Amino acid sequence: MKFTRREALALGLGATAVAMLPMRASAAADEAIAAFTGGAEVGEGGVTLTAPEIAENGNTVPVSVDAPGAAAILILAMGNPTPGVAQFNFGPAAGSQAASTRIRLAGTQDVVAIAKMADGSFAKAQSTVKVTIGGCGG
Amino acid sequence: MISRRDFLQVSMAASALYGTSGFGNWAKLAAQQALTQDDLLKFDTFGNVSLIHITDIHAQLKPIYFREPSINLGVGAANGQMPHVTGADFRKAYGIEDGSPSAYALTYNDFSALAEGYGKVGGMDRVATVVNAIRADRPDALLLDGGDTWHGSYTCHHTQGQDVVNVMNALKPDAMTFHWEFTLGSDRVNEIVENLPFAALGQNIFDAEWDEPAELFKPYKFFERGGVKIAVIGQAFPYMPIANPRWMFPEYSFGIRDENMQAMVDEVRAAGAELVVVLSHNGFDVDKKMATKVTGIDVILSGHTHDALPEPVQVEQTFIIASGSNSKFVSRVDLDVRDGKMMGIRHKLIPIFADVITPDATITKLIDDQRAPYKAELEEVIGTTDTLLYRRGNFNGSWDDLICDALINEREADIAMSPGVRWGPSILPGQEITREDIWNVTSMSYGKAYRSEMTGEFIHTILEDVADNLFNPDPYYQQGGDMVRIGGMGYRIDVSKPQGERITEMTLLKTGEAIDPSKTYVVAGWASVNEGTEGPQIWDVVESHIRKQGTIKLDPNNSVEVVGA
Repeated sequence: MKFTRREALALGLGATAVAMLPMRASAAADEAIAAFTGGAEVGEGGVTLTAPEIAENGNTVPVSVDAPGAAAILILAMGNPTPGVAQFNFGPAAGSQAASTRIRLAGTQDVVAIAKMADGSFAKAQSTVKVTIGGCGG
Repeated sequence: MISRRDFLQVSMAASALYGTSGFGNWAKLAAQQALTQDDLLKFDTFGNVSLIHITDIHAQLKPIYFREPSINLGVGAANGQMPHVTGADFRKAYGIEDGSPSAYALTYNDFSALAEGYGKVGGMDRVATVVNAIRADRPDALLLDGGDTWHGSYTCHHTQGQDVVNVMNALKPDAMTFHWEFTLGSDRVNEIVENLPFAALGQNIFDAEWDEPAELFKPYKFFERGGVKIAVIGQAFPYMPIANPRWMFPEYSFGIRDENMQAMVDEVRAAGAELVVVLSHNGFDVDKKMATKVTGIDVILSGHTHDALPEPVQVEQTFIIASGSNSKFVSRVDLDVRDGKMMGIRHKLIPIFADVITPDATITKLIDDQRAPYKAELEEVIGTTDTLLYRRGNFNGSWDDLICDALINEREADIAMSPGVRWGPSILPGQEITREDIWNVTSMSYGKAYRSEMTGEFIHTILEDVADNLFNPDPYYQQGGDMVRIGGMGYRIDVSKPQGERITEMTLLKTGEAIDPSKTYVVAGWASVNEGTEGPQIWDVVESHIRKQGTIKLDPNNSVEVVGA
């Protein structure tokens, strides 16, 4: 068998040059949080954020959030150029305070959910979602 | 030594499940003596339930040689913990004598010499003998296959897994979970699974579009054995669409989904399960972490990372069993389950010494029938090796050194990359290399050898990315393979550093110059997860190279400097 130099340049690993290093939270993310909370302290607990540890596809990452008793939930992708993903508002007649969506992540970063509770307090949950080149399984 | 060290056993009241991780010296009862089948199988049947675990066979139906790794680093909390212990330290931990059958089966030292003495390991006809012997003791023992079964050989590739399916079906497993099976493509996987005469399990196999449990794969199955209601929950490899080509099975989504695992454990417990077994392809460190997050699992039968451990590892109230790979080991786990609780465990990792265990004649014939149409192609001798060829190790192995040489020479590249997979048997010095041997370390459904231009910066990004899959201190961010093997380039890695800071001193070996981040290099590699990859198949590249060399002679590979371990 013979191989020539002239074989087409393959789509090797090179085709997916996504940013692989963890992305830092942008100033825009901090601003979005401040706008939502009005600068109030944000506690922990009472918010369940479910996101994959490693994204199967960074272009569409399923996330869901559940915060019983919340009046509103803000979801942020802290490292995206535009961090705001969604804000869910729950009226008094809402049967549950949970929501699911899919988000696009520019790279490995933290996804944050902040819930505004009925009493005006705030709580958050966060999860690191890794976006990777992939390859090489055992 | 295995022959006299019959089994290990822990009996306990439920409260005493805590804190009994030290099982004592594995080989304390050992004495040098000739190995017999009776010794290997000796086991005083215990309790009322038996589990038989085999995993990561990678389509190895015939006996092979398989060298265990010399380097298997653990980071963070896993540093120095099983299974991240090798060689003399491993033997010391379990009280294994140098040169003993256990030393040969479980560690890498003096491998070539011990292999001459103890012979080949594995072979599904030998495995069948062991399974039958356990079933003779306990007719309703559960046989559980941890996956990576329908992948990894010439005949498996050419029959799209049918050869292994036929042989495994004859062994009558009770359940199975999955990883490389999906690289047959979802149409073929669906076709086989629809006709499978046993349970195909995976609580984390989801429909990608709707993010709901996939219909074809059930999360768990109940068995009634020895008067005990047993739930076996499947856990497929979580990172299939990342570690393997997503475009081959776009309908499916995976992930660890430990919250769903907890929901399934709660569900089966509520339905009356007295024993909860997880048949897992998570990899050992992921299983250890999952055992701390999910409560109510009695036993995890662990696969994926190919670790072979002669004793269970206890994490809180869960016992984790690691049963090796390539049909080299079978684990027998006897359990005493009373009043809805697991009260005791007795375990034995049975090494399949091919010259000691009598093959089951029916299965031998069945295997040979699968191979018959391909016999001439399989047996053709391509070359000979003077060097021991093996794959396992975190950073390199001589098989991949040879594959990288082939890529550089045949594809006229500066740098070669070979994926850090852990499957593939070993070849002893002086042995002939057949076509089958080459396929055993290369066969896959996306084996095309690409040739690509990459900047030094991008090569660095790839190395950092793969290193983080291996050395991220949080096991949930690890994919369980080894480091991508590099030919033509050396580097230094500090495994203790975060992503982006581990890899330094990248050097082009042929010139001795530092890799320039902005310069472009020609890189040849294989097993790209990207759709549309072009090039010749890797097995043809390697065959062509070995033919030209005639006799393979490799220098020790010292091109990776490892620190921070």
